[in-house]
Amino acid sequence: MAAIVVEDIRKSYGDLTAVDGVSFTVAEGEFFGILGPNGAGKTTTLEIVEGLRRPDGGSVRLLGENPFPRNVKLLPRVGVQLQASAFFEKLSAREQLETFAALYGVGPARAREVLDLVGLADKAETREDRLSGGQRQRLSIACALVHDPDVVFLDEPTAALDPQARRNLWDVLRAIQARGKTIVYTTHYLDEAEVLCDRVAIMDSGRVLALDTPAALVRGLDAPVRVVLERGALAAATAAGLPGADEVTEDDQSLTISTRTPAPLLSALAERGTLDGLQVRTATLEDVFLHQTGREYRA
Amino acid sequence: MNSPFKSLSLAMAKGFFREKTTLFFTFVFPLMFLVVFGLLFSDSGTDRIKLGSVGDGPVVAALRETGAVEVERYDTLDAGLAEVRDGDLPGLVEVTGDRVVLHFAASDQARAGTVRGLVQGVTQELNVAASGQPPKFAFAATQVEDSSLKAIQYLTPGILSWGIAISAVFGAALPLVSWRRKQVLRKLRLAPVSTTTVLGSRLLVTITVAIVQAVLFVAVASLPVFGLALSGTWWLSIPVFLLGILAFFSIGMLVGAFCKTEEAASGAANILVLPMSFLSGSFFPIENAPGWLQAVSNILPLRHMNDGMTDFLVRGKGFEALLVPCAVLLGFTLVVSFIASKVFTWEDN
Repeated sequence: MAAIVVEDIRKSYGDLTAVDGVSFTVAEGEFFGILGPNGAGKTTTLEIVEGLRRPDGGSVRLLGENPFPRNVKLLPRVGVQLQASAFFEKLSAREQLETFAALYGVGPARAREVLDLVGLADKAETREDRLSGGQRQRLSIACALVHDPDVVFLDEPTAALDPQARRNLWDVLRAIQARGKTIVYTTHYLDEAEVLCDRVAIMDSGRVLALDTPAALVRGLDAPVRVVLERGALAAATAAGLPGADEVTEDDQSLTISTRTPAPLLSALAERGTLDGLQVRTATLEDVFLHQTGREYRA
Repeated sequence: MNSPFKSLSLAMAKGFFREKTTLFFTFVFPLMFLVVFGLLFSDSGTDRIKLGSVGDGPVVAALRETGAVEVERYDTLDAGLAEVRDGDLPGLVEVTGDRVVLHFAASDQARAGTVRGLVQGVTQELNVAASGQPPKFAFAATQVEDSSLKAIQYLTPGILSWGIAISAVFGAALPLVSWRRKQVLRKLRLAPVSTTTVLGSRLLVTITVAIVQAVLFVAVASLPVFGLALSGTWWLSIPVFLLGILAFFSIGMLVGAFCKTEEAASGAANILVLPMSFLSGSFFPIENAPGWLQAVSNILPLRHMNDGMTDFLVRGKGFEALLVPCAVLLGFTLVVSFIASKVFTWEDN
């Protein structure tokens, strides 16, 4: 059964069309990503699915129910992570979680469990305002999970985190999915979505541009593989003459050879002993975005 | 397992009592007002009037004996008059033989009247004595406890009402604004808790804080330095106290419903409560204000909270005095909270 069915939802604020006919379905247990630059309409889409906003048009079924207006039957089954500041003043991490747990009629033992899950067990007694950015982010995810919901919504959970904290959070997100939860999350990091998500919807200007597994989206591009060498490792003219080389470009740092048949090219390079510092780059979701919109992806 | 109501109340109480700035403004700041005004007004009424004298005689001696004035001698009339002109002396008695002349400052009518009555009275008394006749009209004075209160007796209920009012307004407005801005409100809306639970727990915390304020305040005012004496019907102030909290809590809800930032909310709360406290006689009795100002004062909830608290804490009035303050405060609560519920929004946009 589908956990979420969204059909042709629309939302405008005055002249601004935030969501312009968005449809998608999320299966139970799926890790679904909504990607796109800032202002693409990701957050509004999420808020409509969560039942916080009424769509101007279209329909949403969340676990078989209509989430708007506030559907009290649905609330215990849904967890929503909000900004990393949505905490009570001056409470420790444990106290925050115990308070939120009590709102759902869940006992304090669960708070401990969720702290372990997000790796904050040793920060249980630390006040929220004394946690680091990454820790606060993890605490806000813990708050969304404390009542053991079936569907979890995360709005840009990894925004503004340093790379180490981002990767720690990935482990947390994977652990949540391993518990059989349906996860819907937004991000503007395409590389991250590629790693985490079962399926992604790429949004821009309120519309879904593409929707599939990251691998299928990249495959569908039929983009060339790029082999990058350090500048000076090989003359550009020589590179152009290698088997399988379609196009050669050179900049201050590196020499890039585009190819659709990487195998013969790589063995030719190996014969010449120029494998040092060599990188092979396949297309990414950023290329999908570029292909769909005709412009570079800017988060 | 904690109920949502209990755990929300506990979370808010912890948030409140862990914030040192709020604690200061809630508990220490009103006490500072009490101490300053209490000490400022503690000697009022016991000041003796100064009176200058030039020349000597039975009149000056009798004036000294009254104990009502402090007589200061001047060697020449000009030196004494200069003091009167400068406003340092309310009057100067000039005695030349049997002739007594009082020079008084025209600017201070009240004190000039007192001085004049005193000097005249003493002179007449001496005249009667000198005539050798028994006085036809006997005069005696006895002291009566009047209803105009010692400073501390009206300062305590007044400043206490103000302190409770301001903390109830802030206690309702600031969390509402900050929770909306920080999305805690959204978090609560996404949880299966009712608005009544959220509001009720906030109100419980506000009432608890007000009780602590009141106990602390009355305890300090009762110290011998200040000498507050509670009346026998002080407990009748409890309904006024609770309805006062409700009235100002609802004003806070209205402020919180309108304002988008904490700064705006705290400015709006101060603009509402501070002028109201002056117009309601929290710091100074309002009885001497012009009539129209008293009329304005009568539509303010703080005025009725003040009056109610004063009536029961220190004046010892009975049940019948409950009606007006309670009715006004309750009406205020209903109207303002109705408007607040109409203006309220969960989200900023």
